[in-house]
Amino acid sequence: MRDIKRPGDFRVVNRSVPREDGVAKVTGQARFTSDIILDGMAYAKVLRSPFAHARILSIHAQHVSRQPGVIAVLTGDDVKGTLNPYYGHAVKDHPLIAIEKVRFVGEPVVAVIAEDELSALEALEEIVVEYEELPAVLTVEEALAEGAPLVHERLYREGSFRGFEDPRPEGLTNICQAVRVEWGDVDEGFARARYIVEGEYSFPMAYAYAMEPYVAIADVREGGVTVYTSAQHPFMVRHDLAEIFRLPLHQVRVIVPYVGGGYGSKSYTKIEPLVAACSWKAGRPVKLQLSVEEAIVTTRGHDARIWIRTGVDAEGRLLAREARIYLNTGAYAENGPLVCKKAAHRVIGPYRIPNVRVESYAIYTNTAPASSFRGFGAPQVTFAAESQIDELAEQLGWDPVDFRLANLARRGEEIHPGLRPLDADLVEDVRTAARALGWGTPLPPGHGRAVACSASDAGAEPVTSVVVRLASDQSCTIFTGSTEIGQGSRTVLAQIVAEELGVELEKIRIVASDTALTPFDRSTGASRTTTLMGRAVWEACQDILAQLREMAAEVLNVEPAALTEEPGGIRWEGRRISWGEIIERYFRLPGSEVVGRAYLRRAGELARLPVFWEIGCAGVEIAVDEETGVIRMERLVTVGDVGLAIHPAMAEGQDLGAATMGYGLGLFETLVYEGQQLVTTNLLEYRVPRFSDLPKEIQTILVQNQDGVGPYGAKGGGEGALNPIPASLANALARATGVRIRELPLTPERVWRALIASPRGGPRGGKNR
Amino acid sequence: MKIAFQLNGQPVEMDIEPRETLAEVLRNRCRLTGVKVSCGIQVCGSCTVLVDGLPVSACTYLAYEARGRCVTTIEGLAQNGALHPVQQAFLDEFAFQCGFCTPGMILTAVALLQEKPTPTDEEIIAYMDGNLCRCTGYWPIVRAVKRAAHIMRSREDPR
Repeated sequence: MRDIKRPGDFRVVNRSVPREDGVAKVTGQARFTSDIILDGMAYAKVLRSPFAHARILSIHAQHVSRQPGVIAVLTGDDVKGTLNPYYGHAVKDHPLIAIEKVRFVGEPVVAVIAEDELSALEALEEIVVEYEELPAVLTVEEALAEGAPLVHERLYREGSFRGFEDPRPEGLTNICQAVRVEWGDVDEGFARARYIVEGEYSFPMAYAYAMEPYVAIADVREGGVTVYTSAQHPFMVRHDLAEIFRLPLHQVRVIVPYVGGGYGSKSYTKIEPLVAACSWKAGRPVKLQLSVEEAIVTTRGHDARIWIRTGVDAEGRLLAREARIYLNTGAYAENGPLVCKKAAHRVIGPYRIPNVRVESYAIYTNTAPASSFRGFGAPQVTFAAESQIDELAEQLGWDPVDFRLANLARRGEEIHPGLRPLDADLVEDVRTAARALGWGTPLPPGHGRAVACSASDAGAEPVTSVVVRLASDQSCTIFTGSTEIGQGSRTVLAQIVAEELGVELEKIRIVASDTALTPFDRSTGASRTTTLMGRAVWEACQDILAQLREMAAEVLNVEPAALTEEPGGIRWEGRRISWGEIIERYFRLPGSEVVGRAYLRRAGELARLPVFWEIGCAGVEIAVDEETGVIRMERLVTVGDVGLAIHPAMAEGQDLGAATMGYGLGLFETLVYEGQQLVTTNLLEYRVPRFSDLPKEIQTILVQNQDGVGPYGAKGGGEGALNPIPASLANALARATGVRIRELPLTPERVWRALIASPRGGPRGGKNR
Repeated sequence: MKIAFQLNGQPVEMDIEPRETLAEVLRNRCRLTGVKVSCGIQVCGSCTVLVDGLPVSACTYLAYEARGRCVTTIEGLAQNGALHPVQQAFLDEFAFQCGFCTPGMILTAVALLQEKPTPTDEEIIAYMDGNLCRCTGYWPIVRAVKRAAHIMRSREDPR
């Protein structure tokens, strides 16, 4: 695909047009899964495990079936031997409801299906479960200790969408996945190094807090399964449900209405199997709406311990990097194996490093399952890696921006042997961020600034298809498997169609994320939709245009080459003929349509992975209150290197949203376990950014070099701006106070304690940089 | 129990359970699903509705407390098909992404502008601090509130 349109040539693309979903969302008309009521729908509630690790001895639940309003009770015994109850796109280790054992506090043990939620809740109170508690492993250290109890005592089958080829670990251990990346000769690299910095960094356990907690409605009956759900990847959910119920794919229909936030937490299958099993047992459509308290223990982000060592020569050139990453993946694999793989890639950073050795481990523990979280391993490892880059610069006595500029890979260089060469100008991106921050100008005491960057192998597997229908009245329908999770996919795809087919935006309908109607799309995540679905939509439009040219030639009885095209139609003998008129004249029937389609797969321009390198580049200026340890964000700068922003305002919105999650994780977000119990169980305990945390000044900069494989040279965004923020904060703190903290979040208490303990005599003025 | 109140300008009367929250009544009985429930403990503001013009968290406000009062939900904001200036400003500033917090956010902004027609940034931030948004990073919402204030002023004073 080659398109030479440049900014300025576009009519619809590259403009901040009104959002396709805008009016629905500001008037309360936008329909989310929780808003749907089906005829005859019942409601499920879930009894959850109070133990981190226990054998289920007995469940006394049958008596509640006789309670008023109760329809049915579901336990592991119901699904064992009848359904295929273990699912998982990577490892099929996850029972849809606890079978024989529980592996974390909060695991579903019994579901009650009733006429209303209150009757279901009341019935839960009457159920007695007897457990035999087993020794639990709650941290990576405990899980890896000699003779540690096993979270899983058997091996499971591999799922269909693991996403990478590295072997699974052998034998029974708590290692869910191990990944090794190596090139060059690391030992020799360190032997030649003039300076070496080594450190261990830790990243908190996080909760994505999609404001709409998990919710799904299932209707399982003769002839198939229909599920409405708040999910990012409907086709992945369809696959799991088909295997659980032993159905062909076409008998499973997954419909995703508007989704109230995802950030990775709604990728792959979550509560859909449980809800579907409830419907199967009850013989009725069933809705399960989780609370935030339940959502927190359904999926979380990986906490991580990352050890890194990096060496440079006397001229400041990076020589070698070695890293060991331990990710606490919780009780079930979910997407932990891929996060482990991505963390191994992303810890290396977008630098020229000739010698690299990385080991990354995802470790099972008896805690809530960890899975995809915006950034996919990159937030964790970029905190460590970019902190260490600043520490190295300090050792060398170099300016940290200059040190980065000297070592960053240039466009077209391989930052990871064998993968797609870097498709971005990161050197200029970092310069842009530094300039915007006023790098080099004096700062007041107690202030510090920092810039950090990352490059993530993004886009996932490039398998995507789409259908676009153009009708004779110049209206259009796009059938897309991409899910609108707020990122604006519906608007962006409509813009591409409007640009290519010359139809009005108001005359484009989007049919999205309904596996019975929309063609296969692998997923909505990994920042892939604009790049891949956008490209597929562009190609489907070209498919339509090619057909229209043939039709026009036949209708007008000329050679196709003799036609002059203009947006939305052709010019013929001084008269404009719209594509719609061509369609109607060709079929000789009003309302007739032309259908365009496109398939993407790993071939041609998409043969080499990653689909693109997602750039993260951002900077902060902070003020540290040395009496209290409170960090205030004075300035935030994001540089969104997105190739081409199909919709600039939404692209900037992605960056600001991602950066805000970044400073949430950097400054205060953390899930805390005390023993077996999660103590940050709700939004009072888990602190997310609020209005009053707003940085005083914000600048979101877009870089549009049209260097991606997406339509018009677009590349994805949405995760990138998160990754560099935590390290920027730690680096800015070090520059403001001389205190280096390698553990997040940078809470007032942690900062204050570090200041007090500082050998440099505690609080002091900033370096005037 | 029977209660009567004004809902989006119309008198309504209904039989409810005393334990029912206003959010439950509005969502389940009135099918006004623009009322969004997230945290359930009065922290996030997504369930905000206006009772006698003031923002309340419908997730923890008992429906019977609304008897005799005027309740406004997001569905009652547009008049004769014309969006409220705050709704329009949220569109113009792209002040939402997933849209889940948006009804509560807009209603809180409406109450703010009722109280302070020309708020400063600091006043907007302080007033809106009880409404969480996980998508936008808040700044587009601050811009939208300021834009709405401007639209509302120019309508009242069309010089």
